[in-house]
Amino acid sequence: MNGRIDRSIDLGPYVAAPDDGMIICRCEEVTKGEIRRAVHDGMFTITEIRRYLRTGMGLCQGQTCARLVKQIVAKELDVSPDVLEDAVARAPFRPVPMRVLANEAEGRTR
Amino acid sequence: MQQSEVLIIGGGVIGCATAYYLSKRGLSVTVIEKKQIGEGGSSRNGGGVRQSGRDPRELPIAMYAVEHLWPSLSDELEMDVEYYKKGNLRLAKTDAHLKILQGLTDRATALGLDVRMIGADEVKAINPYLSDEVIGASWCPTDGHANPMLTTLAYYRKARRQGVRFITGESAQRIVKQKGRAVAVVTDYDTYYAERILVAAGFESNDLLASVGLFVPMNRILLEALVTEAQPKMFEQMLGTAEADFYGHQSTHGSFVFGGSSGIDAYTSDFDRPVTQGMTAPSICRGIMGYFPVLADAKIVRTWAGWIDECADHVPVISNVDEVPGLTVACAFTGHGFGISPAVGQILTSLMTNETPMVNIDALRYDRFKAKI
Repeated sequence: MNGRIDRSIDLGPYVAAPDDGMIICRCEEVTKGEIRRAVHDGMFTITEIRRYLRTGMGLCQGQTCARLVKQIVAKELDVSPDVLEDAVARAPFRPVPMRVLANEAEGRTR
Repeated sequence: MQQSEVLIIGGGVIGCATAYYLSKRGLSVTVIEKKQIGEGGSSRNGGGVRQSGRDPRELPIAMYAVEHLWPSLSDELEMDVEYYKKGNLRLAKTDAHLKILQGLTDRATALGLDVRMIGADEVKAINPYLSDEVIGASWCPTDGHANPMLTTLAYYRKARRQGVRFITGESAQRIVKQKGRAVAVVTDYDTYYAERILVAAGFESNDLLASVGLFVPMNRILLEALVTEAQPKMFEQMLGTAEADFYGHQSTHGSFVFGGSSGIDAYTSDFDRPVTQGMTAPSICRGIMGYFPVLADAKIVRTWAGWIDECADHVPVISNVDEVPGLTVACAFTGHGFGISPAVGQILTSLMTNETPMVNIDALRYDRFKAKI
């Protein structure tokens, strides 16, 4: 969420749902239930969820699951998805072999 | 108006660890964080839990943390912080490198740390993946690494469960004094009264300390890190080099996390948030490949930058403030705060409950900085 958040707000108890076992982040195999529980553990921002569970940290960098994760977190917090700030996109955006990335300047390869 | 026994400004690993240890003692604690939990260096560092290579003034804190706190931290916080106590290799390729490492090693052994110089054969036995160009290393078998993001969030989670009130997205503006004593902090939202106030806000601590006339000499320095895709399990040591070309480790996940710099990052830091530079990750990659040719085909999936609150004398300020009773400061960790954070949390708990810390921290006082003439 953007803006001020009191992390002691009462979200109510975590109630297991039939689809909690559904894989949401395919790269890192994180389920819907894990994401919902993370919110109850106090992870209220997309970045905290990502650092806690590795959602969006895999090979696709969240290009597949980012919107789904956001919807799940917003629902658990009972807020609109709009108020949740996206996690920062990180270079190089597509996985690049080390030997290629290292070759950025002439004469600087190994 | 809000009230608690202790108020902490800064929701990084230091603030969260201190909140945890204070609340474990039954104190009521409020933490105010301007952005989100672990926004700064706490989530951006290389994860080293090192004793070797440390300044003698902070080495005893690191040794205490490694001996007494890190090994049981996952159990205590009921969450795996991915701590490995499998040693640190600091690698050398030239005689000049060996000389640098010998100096570091001599200073650490004088303080009782088990660290020694080893030759190429022993290095290869510890880590068979290294380049044949490596001619030696310093080896500290009790060093290691942990996951900084999970450690910070584990302290936060447990502290929150113990009743600590965390508020994020709220900005502390100034400290309020009454009859010379720090009694409250004014934020952009409310005023928070407390018997003890801790400022642990990294480089930005100075913005708040200025309101009571204090200043810690530190610079904001950019460093970068990168992570590879998951690789087969290769080794568990923490690694660095004599020339600091790079440092890092293989995580539980299998990815390699390496930090480093291009050498000129410090002059590219003038943004409102840490931004990666095009030349830095390639520089780190060349550094890694020079020692680990086997990783040349590993794919980099992500790079990031973070700021170090670099102190004028390269060790932190961890101190009560004599002329402002009620105020405690912990900042200027200079890029090596993560490894000592559990011990610092306990030291700060002692300082704020009028006990003598288990490690002497007189050399880390806030008023140690003097004009040179």
